[in-house]
Formats: sequence, C-alpha cells, structure tokens
Amino acid sequence: MTSGPSSHPIACEIRTHLAVPCFVTSISAGFPSPADDYLDTPLDFNELLIVHPAATFAVRVVGDSMVGAGVYPGDIAVVDRSITATDGAVILGILHGEFTIKRYRSRAGAVWLEPANPAYQNIRITEDSAFEVWGVVRHTIRML
Amino acid sequence: MVTPIALVDCNNFYASCERLFQPALRGRPVVVLSNNDGCVIARSNEAKALGIGMGDPWHLNKEKFAKHGVIVRSSNYTLYGDLSGRVVTVLRAFTPDLEVYSIDEAFLSFEGFSQLDQHARTLRATVLQWTGIPVSVGIAPTKTLAKVANRTAKKTAAMEGVCNLMAPSDQELALSQLGLTDLWGVAGRLAAKLEALGIKTPLQLRDADPSWLREHMGVVMERMALELRGTPCQALTLAVAHNKSIIASRSFGQAVTQRHELEQAVAMHISRAAEKLRRQGLVAGVVMVFVTTNPFRPQDRQYVASRTIGLPVATADTTVLLKAAMLATVRLWRDGFRFKKAGVTLLELSPAATVQGDLWTAPDSPRSQALMKAMDRINAVHGRETVKLAASGIERKWKLRSEQRSPHYTTDWNDLLRVE
Repeated sequence: MTSGPSSHPIACEIRTHLAVPCFVTSISAGFPSPADDYLDTPLDFNELLIVHPAATFAVRVVGDSMVGAGVYPGDIAVVDRSITATDGAVILGILHGEFTIKRYRSRAGAVWLEPANPAYQNIRITEDSAFEVWGVVRHTIRML
Repeated sequence: MVTPIALVDCNNFYASCERLFQPALRGRPVVVLSNNDGCVIARSNEAKALGIGMGDPWHLNKEKFAKHGVIVRSSNYTLYGDLSGRVVTVLRAFTPDLEVYSIDEAFLSFEGFSQLDQHARTLRATVLQWTGIPVSVGIAPTKTLAKVANRTAKKTAAMEGVCNLMAPSDQELALSQLGLTDLWGVAGRLAAKLEALGIKTPLQLRDADPSWLREHMGVVMERMALELRGTPCQALTLAVAHNKSIIASRSFGQAVTQRHELEQAVAMHISRAAEKLRRQGLVAGVVMVFVTTNPFRPQDRQYVASRTIGLPVATADTTVLLKAAMLATVRLWRDGFRFKKAGVTLLELSPAATVQGDLWTAPDSPRSQALMKAMDRINAVHGRETVKLAASGIERKWKLRSEQRSPHYTTDWNDLLRVE
C-alpha cells in the first residue's frame, strides 16, 4: 500500500444526519397541474339514466314484442313512473293483470298498444280493458 | 300562528308493496307474515274484512286462509324498506321539515302553506304516481290530532284520503266518533285506567282538567289532553342523530341445539351489522351477543343471556368484530338448551374518521378498509352474501323460514320483475 494522508483512517463519530431531499419519484408540490382548472367529476351513469330516483325502477325484458324499438330479451328496462305517458312513448303497462312493454298510442280519443314486431298485433284499449300505465320506459341497458 | 302538521301514513303498507309488482294480488285478501312466518303482521282491506286479525298465527289458520283464497306472503323487509325510502324522498319535495316516524308514517310541517287541502291532495297523487304506494294524509294543529285526522281520512271513503282537522268544530266531530283506544298510544290497559276515573271518550279526555290528569295519570296523559285541544306539546323530531347502536338479530327457523350452528348464525349477524356500520361511516367499540330460548315453550328449560366484549380500538372490520363475537358466543354457550333467537348489537359507535389507536393497536389499516370496501361492493353488485365469511356457514339449517317471500324487486339485479 502506498502511504499518503488519505490512507489513514480517521476515527470519528457520526452525530447528526442531514436529510437531503432527493427527487427520485414524482414531485407532489411545486408545479400545479395544468389540468387543475379543468377538473370535473367523473361521468355518472346514474345521472344519465335516472332523472327521478324515487320513481325509477328496473325490470328485465323477456319477450320479443318490442325488438323493432330496440327492446330485446335480456335487456334491463329503466322505467320512470313520474312521467305521464303520451302518444308514442314506450311504456310498461298492466293489461288484464299481466305486465307488458309496448308503445303507447293515443290519438283522437282512441288508445291502443303497439308492438314493434310484425309477429304481434296491436291491442285496442277500451273502457272494458283492465289496463293501466305502470311507468314510462326511458332506457334499456344491454350486455353485449 | 298554529303550524299545521300533516301525518302521512301508507295504506296497508306491506300489502301495497306486494301488490305493486304483483297485480294479481289486487282486490284479493293479502296477508304478510312476521319473520319466520309466525303470525299475521299486515293485512289488505279484503283480509281485514274476512275477520283476519293482527297476530293471528299462520299455522293455526292455514286451512281458513286457503278456503277464502287468502294470499300469504312472508315479510320482505328489503322491498318494504326500499319503497319506504322512495316515499320519504317524494315527501321531502312537499315540506322542508319532516319526521320519519316509522317505516310507513311521517309527520310533515305544512308551515307556510295556505291551500292545505290542495297541497295534501297533490302530495297524495304524486306519491301514488311516483312510488305506486297509496297514502292517507291527516292535517291538524298537533301530532295527536293529526293521527286522529289520518284515521278519519282512512275510514271515510268520501274524503279520498285527505282529512283536514285545523278547525275546532271538525276536531270535535272527528273525536266524537272515536273510542279511547283509537287514540295514539292509548292501549286497552290505559283506557281501562281512564274509564275507572270516569273518562270514557276522547272528548271527555280532551275536556278533563290537565293538572288533575297529571296528578292521576301522569304527564304523558296531561300532554295528550292538551294536544287534543290543539295545543302542541310534541315538536317534530327533525334531526337524525347517528345510531347509538346497530342490531342484527333473527329468530331461528328451527331450534338451535348445536354450538356450531349458533356460531354460524352469530357470524352472519355480525357480517350484516358490520355492513350497516360501514355504510354509515361508523366504527364500533363494543360487541354484544345475545341468545334466548323460546319462552312460549314452557316445557323447555329457559336461558336468556348476553355477553359483551370491549375492543381495544373501535373498528368496522368484520373479521375483528367476528373474533370478539365468537369469544362472546363461546362464553355464553350452554349445552342442553333449545335456542330460539340470537343476535348481535354493536355499541359505542363513533365516526370512523375520529378513531385513535393506542400504543399497542392501530385503527383499521388501509388494507383492512380496502378489503371491507371490496366485500361490500361485491355484495352490493352481485347480491347479499356473494362474498361472506366462512364462519357464517354454508348449510344453515337454522336459517329463518320465509317460504313465500316475494323477490327483492328493487334491490337485487337477479330479482328484477320479468316482463314479456
């Protein structure tokens, strides 16, 4: 070994630590995110599908009478009871004690239920029909 | 200025809930059975007309019900609770001040509304359209008279569900048609006591001297007399304090005689109670477990017991609560008894955000919180108990009877109404 000042160990005792900040990962302070001013809440599907939560119900479609209107078997229909049915609305109704989804038609004093499938017939609603609108179908949800 | 109070009461609430999704039940006698299908706890008007009483035991009346075509349903509190919440949501649009009194009743302040009858009719029509639940509305200057008004609205078809008793002359007429036990909170025994004092009708009670009433019947009856006069003694309870305790308990479908069955039941209850706890953002500091034998079987040896375990640090972690509950269960178990009911109570509740650890134990770790959150989410999306603690059992012979329960139409994707 060569002799020199640096080769002589010097006995010393470490008494203090000085923490030196080291920016290895992300910096959480300093530069504000340029997106801060534009932050918004994430998309909320409830907001999209449900206007009146207290009046909104979900039902499962099992029939094919409305396929022409985009209502398929297996779909979940989102039904809003707070809306009053008008001509052309797709409704969930009760006819002779059975639930059914059809297009509601009301013109010139006549009321009928219109399927969206040529295999089914229109259903005329008269004074004698035990019929009521349960709610208006606002959306359907389909798993692909 | 007297503030009008409206009592909104759902008509035959449980039967109405059942009918909403099952039109075939309309116009037919419907009864709903208590937990475990024991006795009748709700009746449609048609069932009342058949003379079916509250509390009639099902097993003694099966033949009678079948003969009259009575439709029997096990109680479906999941459905009733959901629809109750919807009704309250709609009611909040009709007043800023509302007290939810029970699952099917709420007191509303109608302060500041001038067209009271019209307001009530609009309310009634809106609740019916939005939720499908028919309600009756009684309006009066006090809660006690609002109860009277509601009852009158129900009994008088021509009123179409709304009765306004703001005018003293109308109060007089309505009260004259009632018996003492028709009043809010007056049961048979209390009525007998009043009759012994010479008070035989609601009008006599109203007109009795308040201080004399307090002397003989106590302050509660004095207040009732004042309320019958139209002097408010009970304000609306508007603020909802956070729960002081959370209880989960059930009767067993069949008597439990094995310790592992009791442990499973307690584990299931603790899971449900812990879920409720987390939903309210709370933690519990004390776990109590209780069991009881069946007091209606005098031939059985009786045992009622509870054990309480304090936790070092308040928690909302099901696994920690479960350990405490199992310890309590072991301590209270006795061989040779036929247990009828078990339950857990979570006490010393506080907001999760305020929990402090001590030297040896830390509050719920982020890991535990994440696990519980994941468990709650899975169960919320895929149905109750999709993920559960193995301790709560797979077979569950002890589980409650509810053989004729309708689907959870509004809270379970698998139970939705199916429409052709």
